[in-house]
Amino acid sequence: MEALFFNVEDGFLEAMVRGYKAGILTNNNYLNLTQCETLDDLKLQLAATDYGNFLQNEPSPLATTTIADKARETLVSHFMYMRANAVKPLSTFLDFITYSYMIDNTILLITGTLHERDTNELLERCHPLGIFDGIAALCVATNVSELYNTVMVESPLAPYFEKCLSAQDLDEMNIEIIRNTLYKAYLEDFYNYCQGLGGPTAEVMGEILQFEADRRVLNITLNSLDTELSKDDRAKLFPTCGRLYPEGTMKLARADDSDQVRMALDSYPDYKQFFDLPVGSERSLEDKFFEYEVHLNKRSFTRQFQYGVFYAYLKLKEQEIRNIVWIAECIAQQQKERINSYITIF
Amino acid sequence: MSGAGPRFAIFPTRMALTTMKNRLKGAQTGHSLLKRKSEALTRRFRDIVKKIDEVGHFEYSGGAAKRKMGKIMQVANFSYAEVMYTTGDIGYQVREGVKSAQLKVRAKSENVSGVQLPAFEMYVDGSNAAELTGLGRGGAQIQKCKETYKKAIEVLVELASLQTAFVILDEVIKVTNRRVNAIEHVIIPKIENTIKFIGSELDEADREEFYRLKKVQGKKKDKLALETAAREKNQGFGAASEEAQPTNLLNEYEQDPDVMF
Repeated sequence: MEALFFNVEDGFLEAMVRGYKAGILTNNNYLNLTQCETLDDLKLQLAATDYGNFLQNEPSPLATTTIADKARETLVSHFMYMRANAVKPLSTFLDFITYSYMIDNTILLITGTLHERDTNELLERCHPLGIFDGIAALCVATNVSELYNTVMVESPLAPYFEKCLSAQDLDEMNIEIIRNTLYKAYLEDFYNYCQGLGGPTAEVMGEILQFEADRRVLNITLNSLDTELSKDDRAKLFPTCGRLYPEGTMKLARADDSDQVRMALDSYPDYKQFFDLPVGSERSLEDKFFEYEVHLNKRSFTRQFQYGVFYAYLKLKEQEIRNIVWIAECIAQQQKERINSYITIF
Repeated sequence: MSGAGPRFAIFPTRMALTTMKNRLKGAQTGHSLLKRKSEALTRRFRDIVKKIDEVGHFEYSGGAAKRKMGKIMQVANFSYAEVMYTTGDIGYQVREGVKSAQLKVRAKSENVSGVQLPAFEMYVDGSNAAELTGLGRGGAQIQKCKETYKKAIEVLVELASLQTAFVILDEVIKVTNRRVNAIEHVIIPKIENTIKFIGSELDEADREEFYRLKKVQGKKKDKLALETAAREKNQGFGAASEEAQPTNLLNEYEQDPDVMF
């Protein structure tokens, strides 16, 4: 049924995003990039791709951060174009995507506010996708409860704050815990929303978000081993929309070391294989996650008439920027032996 | 000979000679002490140079011997690139999250032949900071990066203390060597010159005195000889002459018999 009316409203944008997708760097491009000797060569190579002359006006000693910023700018402009042309429910879907950046920005601002930084300076560091209307008003707030009452209440993130945090928590809790609590609430909300949309969107996005949730669960578990984070607190940070929920998360919440984490994953062959890293390999678990994420996102392009492609495009593009920056870093720091650790997309 | 080199402006007296001799002795003792100090410092200096050469690049050696330091900084930087890859830019957030320094540097001072050399020492203060950073993503990379940077700082601190010691020792050795050389080549010859000068002046004075004495003695001798000659002449003329003969005044009474009671 969805095929019948999908193109009426979202056909144009789907065409757009598939067009953008065609511009994602291929393996060939990456091979060319890794051959570069200097960052200027890299710039030249990138000029031949869809990025075009995005680095044209940059003065010659290029910094890798400049490349990252500029690449991100192009991505953001693509996304903004789509967002501007979207109608409901696609626009809501795209908004949901931006919420995760909003969380990061808000955390950044809260950290800054706690240390009485100049908030204008902080705003420059915010991710452009995570800018929301009231964000400039965060500059005015001087303490955290004020920040919550005047700014966050108006923002789309308010429900997440409301659900899991009080103003007092904001003052006392570790900022990383706040971030992960918010992220958990966000993922669950996004997942529910996608399921509500139904159809292929629910299927495709369900898979991606489930993996995202499980990845967070695994990461949080592994990173909180041997730290001051108690097991109860750890369990509170686990999103409940993943495939690991509830049995796997329960086991993971009790894990004391990485062997127990591995045991907990025994009944999840997909995830278990991530831990089968050859000894001495330079690939880390994180790389495996990235690979799997790319795989899922790529797969979403095989389905038509669904919103997953928008999310997938953004994520693939982000991975691409990471790849470019990685290659640039390797070139800049002359560590060519590790240059092939990027993750090929197409 | 006495005017061959520079000398102190001093009167050539015996007292001055004694003072000079004392000064010479002092200068020689000082010289040997300073020489020993300089040797000790140089030894230490060489040790440090060797260590610096091992630890990091050593600016005075000319060649870019970037060893441990260069390597370790490179590794650390690269591990940060890895963090950037997995988590994005967290630098700002980490900087903001800092409440107090976890790694601190303590300065001690070490005494090498009277030279105070600062020695820096790194120590870890408090618990593992920022251990929850990257909880949701890339925590492992962040911890790894932290460890590599910690090592880098360790080497950096070591290098700093060696480098400081290097600069200070360099300066002190220069000063000491200058002193040693000054004593050896200026002060001691000057004192020796002065001593020689005084010695020669005193000898000169001695000789003069001796000559004068001789002269006086000669004159006296002459005079005596003259007198003796005159007397002998007189005796030769009139051994009978009454006037000339001293007569015993008591002789007239010699004939008187002794009065006996």
